[in-house]
Amino acid sequence: MKSLGKFGDFGGIFVPETLMPALEELESAFLKLKNDKKFNSELNELLKKYAGRPTPLSFCENLSKKLGCKIYLKREDLLHTGAHKINNALGQALLAKYIGKKRLIAETGAGQHGVAVATAGAKLNFQTDVYMGAKDIERQKLNVLRMKLLGANVIPVTNGSKTLKDAINEALRDWTANVTDTHYLLGSVLGPHPYPSMIKFFQSIIGKEMKKQILESEGRFPDLIVACVGGGSNAIGIFNEFINDKHVKLVGVEAGGSGIKSGKHATRFNDKRLGRIGIIHGTKTFVLQDKYGQIHNTYSVAAGLDYCAVGPEHSILRQMKRVHYTYATDKEAIEAFKILSKEEGIIPALESAHAVAHVIKIAKTMKKDDIIVINLSGRGDKDLDQIEEIII
Amino acid sequence: MISYKEVFENLKSKKEGALVCFIVIGDSDYETSLEIAKTLVNAGADILELGLPFSDPIADGPSIQAADVRALNNGMNTDKVFEYIKELRKFTDVPIGLLSYYNLIYQYGMQKFYEKGFITGVNSILVADMPIEESDSAVAHSEKNKIDTTFMISPITDNKRIKEITDKVTGFIYAVSRLGITGARQDLEKSTLNFIRRIRQFTNKPICVGFGISKPEHVRDVIKAGADGAIVGSAIVDLVAKNLGNKQRMLASISHYVRELKTTTRI
Repeated sequence: MKSLGKFGDFGGIFVPETLMPALEELESAFLKLKNDKKFNSELNELLKKYAGRPTPLSFCENLSKKLGCKIYLKREDLLHTGAHKINNALGQALLAKYIGKKRLIAETGAGQHGVAVATAGAKLNFQTDVYMGAKDIERQKLNVLRMKLLGANVIPVTNGSKTLKDAINEALRDWTANVTDTHYLLGSVLGPHPYPSMIKFFQSIIGKEMKKQILESEGRFPDLIVACVGGGSNAIGIFNEFINDKHVKLVGVEAGGSGIKSGKHATRFNDKRLGRIGIIHGTKTFVLQDKYGQIHNTYSVAAGLDYCAVGPEHSILRQMKRVHYTYATDKEAIEAFKILSKEEGIIPALESAHAVAHVIKIAKTMKKDDIIVINLSGRGDKDLDQIEEIII
Repeated sequence: MISYKEVFENLKSKKEGALVCFIVIGDSDYETSLEIAKTLVNAGADILELGLPFSDPIADGPSIQAADVRALNNGMNTDKVFEYIKELRKFTDVPIGLLSYYNLIYQYGMQKFYEKGFITGVNSILVADMPIEESDSAVAHSEKNKIDTTFMISPITDNKRIKEITDKVTGFIYAVSRLGITGARQDLEKSTLNFIRRIRQFTNKPICVGFGISKPEHVRDVIKAGADGAIVGSAIVDLVAKNLGNKQRMLASISHYVRELKTTTRI
């Protein structure tokens, strides 16, 4: 390996030896292609003409009036397949094509990443297999149907907690057995090096576009950028461009589930008892676990945030105090989901609603001219069944 | 407690390969797994490879994951693992290797883990998700506590890495006979034989072959091909799973199976 992919003491490559040749191949391809003109222009074409980039930056007139500051949404929900996940899926699928892989495998929680991979697989002619926890299959039926229509094979995972964590376990096992012809298209800034850096590269376009757009609309940078954090790829995607602009406050919002005390949540940073530094799925980062290091089962109304570990770069950003990490509970997220739908005519994904919930909570501390950008990472169509059950 | 060196040299002089038997500590519960370990030794296991149960064992297949779940549900944890080793040591001095995932060692405290290993009589520690790139600290603690290192080599590990890995091994090389995860299989791939020869170019250290070894003829094949030992895991764990309701039958079937395997290590 050229690098161990460390973010301070976080990150790294904690995988069985069998995966090392594949990670070496992937790192070398990524280092070569990220500066390759042909690759980048091909990817940009796909993003522009197929996925629908650039996405707009929408000013929320009603919500701004209601909350007393200027609120913008970066509209990743308008992308093809309905979330930011397609940025990474197309990027990695194209990379896999360049290195001659024939098959894509992926894990999915909410199903958004699975749909994005199934889409990229259809477009770029891969055989695609998506691992999905049986519990998630149950609560995201629509996305399962979409993946099937897109030609992907959805494989239910019945081990462990039957959610994202277990889907990653299965995908890693599959990859271990089939590394020679298969690319594992990991969906968030997680896992062993080079995944966190590579996925950041593919998602950074969100922040780059937003920087230009906010300068056009406001002539200055925002005061605050807020994003939800499961693994944390949409957050890294929008934060990365502003890391060095110290006056721009960055806030990541984890899934508070039923509240910290209940133990039923997915906040790796905000539960001092269960959230500690550990090693899971190839990387060293904050992990929800017991005293002995057995991984704790997580819970959130938003399947896409329901995961035991956070991307390693988030751990260093928190340690450096560059990003502040907080959480919103299920209840707050659902309330925000309803408010945004009603006020702005935009139905957010339950994941993204966590970011909206935080802004609703803190808006009264902001001044009238303060500018907040929320990364609206996905749309809520996939969540309607679930919302219907909760509201009724 | 016998060292790996002694075991492999002794077996070599008798023209035998080592039979390495794997089980998960605490499967199906503490007492049963202690009896299983004793049964393995009595039936002829030359080396015990004992797994610490982990909630997310990405290098293992369904058999061993299920064993991990059984052990964890019955209260196994790292403190009890060392109690277990201590108790097992009263009974046998065959080499004991531990197989763990990195997080369990990290949470216990790496220093404390290796010290406890030394005190209780562990011969080696293999960390399933630790490639050599991340192994500096574990290697240092191994040296300090006179614990041997074991690393895996897979069929797609290139020659440069094979050299680097074999240099770091002080116990034995765990050669993964096929791509993928642990789990019993019908046929042993022919490529395994070339694989052993490929590793031999770089080292005279003992090579044990694991993953997918479940039948007496598998054991015989890998020993004939020049391996110093054969590692059998999932197939034994499956016998535990199959006989959960009847401990006597469980121990008898394991004993019978291991005795049969052991006969095939004699060339």
